Amino acid sequence: MRGRECTALTQPADEMSKSARPNLLFRNLNAKVASIPMILTAMVVFVGGTVWTVLYSFTNSKLLPRLNFVGLDQYYRLWAAPRWLISIENLLIYGAISLVFSLVIGFLLAALLDQKIRFEDTFRTIFLYPFALSFIVTGLVWQWLLNPDFGIQHVVRDLGWTSFSFDPLYNSSIVIYGISIAALWQGTGLIMCLMLAGLRGIDEDIWKAARVDGIPMWKTYLFIVIPMMRPVFITTLVIIASGIVKVYDLVVAQTSGGPGIASEVPAKYVYDYMFFAQNLGQGFAASTMMLLSVVIVIVPWAYLEFGRRK
Amino acid sequence: MRYKLLTAALAATAALQFAGQAAATDLEVTHWWTSGGEAAAVAELAKAFDATGNHWVDGAIAGSGGTARPIMISRITGGDPMGATQFNHGRQAEELVQAGLMRDLTDVATKGKWTDVVRPKSLLDGCTIDGKIYCVPVNIHSWQWLWLSNEAFEKAGVPLPKDWNEFVAAAPALEKAGIIPLAVGGQAWQSSGAFDVLLAAVGGTDTFLKVYKDKDAKFAAGPEVAKVFKAADDARKMAKNTNVQDWNQATNLVITGKAAGQIMGDWAQGEFQVAGKTAGKDYTCLPGLGLNEVIATGGDAFYFPLLKDADKSKAQEVLAETLLDPKTQVAFNLKKGSLPVRGDVDLNAANDCMKKGLAILAKGAVMPWTDQLLSQDTQKQKEDLFAEFFAKPELTVEDAQKRFADLIASAD
Repeated sequence: MRGRECTALTQPADEMSKSARPNLLFRNLNAKVASIPMILTAMVVFVGGTVWTVLYSFTNSKLLPRLNFVGLDQYYRLWAAPRWLISIENLLIYGAISLVFSLVIGFLLAALLDQKIRFEDTFRTIFLYPFALSFIVTGLVWQWLLNPDFGIQHVVRDLGWTSFSFDPLYNSSIVIYGISIAALWQGTGLIMCLMLAGLRGIDEDIWKAARVDGIPMWKTYLFIVIPMMRPVFITTLVIIASGIVKVYDLVVAQTSGGPGIASEVPAKYVYDYMFFAQNLGQGFAASTMMLLSVVIVIVPWAYLEFGRRK
Repeated sequence: MRYKLLTAALAATAALQFAGQAAATDLEVTHWWTSGGEAAAVAELAKAFDATGNHWVDGAIAGSGGTARPIMISRITGGDPMGATQFNHGRQAEELVQAGLMRDLTDVATKGKWTDVVRPKSLLDGCTIDGKIYCVPVNIHSWQWLWLSNEAFEKAGVPLPKDWNEFVAAAPALEKAGIIPLAVGGQAWQSSGAFDVLLAAVGGTDTFLKVYKDKDAKFAAGPEVAKVFKAADDARKMAKNTNVQDWNQATNLVITGKAAGQIMGDWAQGEFQVAGKTAGKDYTCLPGLGLNEVIATGGDAFYFPLLKDADKSKAQEVLAETLLDPKTQVAFNLKKGSLPVRGDVDLNAANDCMKKGLAILAKGAVMPWTDQLLSQDTQKQKEDLFAEFFAKPELTVEDAQKRFADLIASAD
């Protein structure tokens, strides 16, 4: 049995295509068998868990899940809650900032490092270092830095500028920017590395050709190099976007949602209502909305990306 | 010797069902008592339980009840129950009991005549569901206290206020002296609790019950409650310069005289004690903010998850009895700054503030608190509202009251 399989697998490709279709299922059988556990995990844990969550978001489950359907009540309540609306607004601001700035700063840093400068390794290490810290540590460090009593404001005031004021974490209207600063500091290094890898993947000859044609460097970057780096940009986008939707620990460490509820984010709403408020239904409704927002972004993109090829 | 070591090791791995018949039974007890005064108090409970020949395995979870409760609940619902766990008696564990995950203590209670010794009676009501007793109350904690720093008032040159209104009047003088009039930490439950205290003190007991017990939304939108919101507006103005998060950091501001006062439950007293301060001399306490001297019978209780292990179940009974033992009650509550749940214990060592509390209790001036009246869900929404109210001056009193009334309308 096993011997026959092996010969079937080692047959040249043209003979395979001639022989018949059913073999397709058994091609690379070992690999397929090996991936069964992962497929099962994905189906049961991810898909199953998602379906379960969405289903229970239509119930009035409190501390324990119960199948007592109440229609869209949880969603009405969710969209009437001031805290949820603030969370969504914060997520949009935070998302826009981290998307734009980490891409721009990351690419600029990478382009600068790509100029064959001295001590490139040192700079790369310095820029990537914050990424080695967790969001919790990042949050605490920046909580101290931005604390008016012993952070940046305190240092500048000690230098003589006594009216200087910089306390984003204690000001409701700008607190989300204070959080974004910390996120950028932590995450930009990784984006820079990805971009740098992409830049290194561009053939030296392209640069030479552009130089021969007399194209200025910024134009070469903008119109030749960046379009060629499309796959790298897509990877980067996915990494940044997933980081945006799931932001939670940074907020918990830096402000725990404060002052008041000014820096709340959706993931924290989900957690707080599921566990602190002992209201699973409400938490599930919120997490379903988060899933929905991801789907709205992913589906059109996937359609454009994969649908076109057929 | 080696055998003994081995049993000890086996007993420690709680997964094993039997850990030597004669050996002491380990019982893991989870709680959220981690500040200085609290840790000293819980050590008394552990000492008393260890003296019965069993062993108290301390499962302290840092970060106040809000952080600890989800961990405890998911351990119980997830099939890894501890031996005993702290909750605030009332509705926090209601669904766990209804789901049959908690142990019925009625037998132990009848044997120990709990209904006779526990005072006030409403405490046991908080533990009773469908006529069965599910928890052991260990102390009475009331929220309605105003803690004042004598030093701060001296520095500002104003006499110590006797009630909330005088305190509000003294605020400008305090601010001029560079003192924060009122310390309110950033955690949401602190601002929400401060409002509840104002509701009970400024509004009165009936107002409080009409809003939280009868859930009368119309009344909550009315003029009586508007008065309370006016007081809350004063409070948030007085508190606007507090830049701390945790309640004990806020208490510390009062201890060091950087802030003049704090609305906080009687657990704050433990912090004053640890700092070596004397009631009456260094700090002053006003029960019911000096306006309405009533004590809420909230507090802490221990619940016992249903266990399969017979040895551990027996140890649970011993722990339940130990917790209500007069000697344990005195030792624990003196350190904790709370009031004992038995009327028949001797509290000569009690300080000024505790004596005030005991006197009110003896008069029978008690009322239920939010933990007994509102679900966690409603409490969380209330916290969100008041966290926003205290941090955001742009949120007007009228808007906040309207949102409060809406919240009461949908409360359960």
